[in-house]
Amino acid sequence: MASYSTNEFKAGLKVMLDADPCAIIENEFVKPGKGQAFNRVKIRNLKTGRVIERTFKSGDSLEAADVVDVAMQYLYNDGDFRHFMVPDTFEQYQCNEKAVSDASKWLKDQDICTVTLWNDSPLSVTPGNFVELAIIETDPGVRGDTSGGGGKPAVLETGAVVRVPLFVQQGEVIKVDTRTGEYISRVKE
Amino acid sequence: MQPDWQPSCSIELLRLRAQLLAEIRGFFSARAVLEVETPLLSYSSGTDPQLDFFTSDYCSYPLQQTLYLQTSPEFAMKRLLAAGSGSIYQICKAFRNGESGRTHNPEFSILEWYKVDFTLTQLMDEIADLIAVLFKDRTQLNATQRISYQELFYNSTGLDPLLFNYEHYCAYALKSESPEAIALCKTDHNAWLDFIFSHHIQPSLGKNALCMVYGYPACQSSLARINKDNSKLTDRVEIFIDGIELGNGYYELTDAQEQNQRFDKEIMLRQQNNRPTIVKNTQLIAALEAGLPECSGMAIGIDRLLMVMTKNNHLEDVIPFLLARS
Repeated sequence: MASYSTNEFKAGLKVMLDADPCAIIENEFVKPGKGQAFNRVKIRNLKTGRVIERTFKSGDSLEAADVVDVAMQYLYNDGDFRHFMVPDTFEQYQCNEKAVSDASKWLKDQDICTVTLWNDSPLSVTPGNFVELAIIETDPGVRGDTSGGGGKPAVLETGAVVRVPLFVQQGEVIKVDTRTGEYISRVKE
Repeated sequence: MQPDWQPSCSIELLRLRAQLLAEIRGFFSARAVLEVETPLLSYSSGTDPQLDFFTSDYCSYPLQQTLYLQTSPEFAMKRLLAAGSGSIYQICKAFRNGESGRTHNPEFSILEWYKVDFTLTQLMDEIADLIAVLFKDRTQLNATQRISYQELFYNSTGLDPLLFNYEHYCAYALKSESPEAIALCKTDHNAWLDFIFSHHIQPSLGKNALCMVYGYPACQSSLARINKDNSKLTDRVEIFIDGIELGNGYYELTDAQEQNQRFDKEIMLRQQNNRPTIVKNTQLIAALEAGLPECSGMAIGIDRLLMVMTKNNHLEDVIPFLLARS
């Protein structure tokens, strides 16, 4: 596998650090005028999601990590694994709960999401930024209330719970921002 | 993002730079400091162990010679001082290979000046005056801070920068969540000082104020004179605003023999670190032998000065064409 020198470090680059695949978030060249040059790097461990800071001597290099993001369709959950498919090739991948992690509460059959593969095995799953899901349970709303103030919890078909305005009813489909977990709007069927 | 042909900084910044240069010239003219020019291209370069240079080929058939782009105008300016120029200043470009980032561009603008018969303290007074003039009516700065390197280092880390205690330094690396420093710096005191200072001290220096740090450890003396009262210290000053290193100054070393020894040591260090070899600048040694007047000198990076003055975070906001657009 190729390796990258500190000169090539940039946000998004996937490298191996302490035997784990990581993504560089930020790279800062630090050099006192008369002193030693360093690269101070903010890096995310793609297995644990943890962000750490690590300094390298300028000119050092890290092994590249074979990490790719692939758009896949979510198929089903067999109880142990969740199954995904690359739409173009019909190639299938199964992910354990650890890899799916927080994404599970936004995954609806047939939806397209991003599966991150490391050496061709799923490392993590990222749902689309916006998903449309039906409300399966929420208190009856107050008629005429159109303001955003207050709101109420609503359970969605995938199990996620989001706060929705009082006028939103059970059975309706809503659009949610998966990055913040916030209600965006109702979706007209 | 703008198309590649366009400058990355605003036209307003070009105007500010032009005004700043005019004010710098006015400042030194009023103090009877002579503006000079020295070659950017020359047959030799500095031996600084941490600087990489650019080379070029001079083709004058049948001769082909290597020329170096200067990393600083220091040597040539000292030769003028030794020749009797009196106090001088220069605004020019300097070139340092491999330095690129938010606060680095391989080609940058430098203001360098030398004041004959000035001590380091007098130089620091003049730096404060210059910064005050340039920032006036632009960016209000808080009161100037002056602090010794040793005091600053001890207050920030509990470590003595003049005495290298490996165990204490390692313990600090662990405590400050930088365990990698142990492997990076090993038993190299200089590397430890650079690591700790740049990571844990410098970022908080000079919050909206000029901060002058003086009295560096002797192992970081470069071309500064060793302090006459304490041989563990060197008469060197560095200045910072908002955590950005803006410049470096010395009470200049005038002893030719000591300069010669430092060159040899630096050349040896460069060899150990597999850096390109460089020939010693014998003309500077000869100038020192002829007699460099007692003087203090300072270099300030003009691009970074513009950056902190305008509260920008990246040189691309103050330089029209960084290397990537050049």
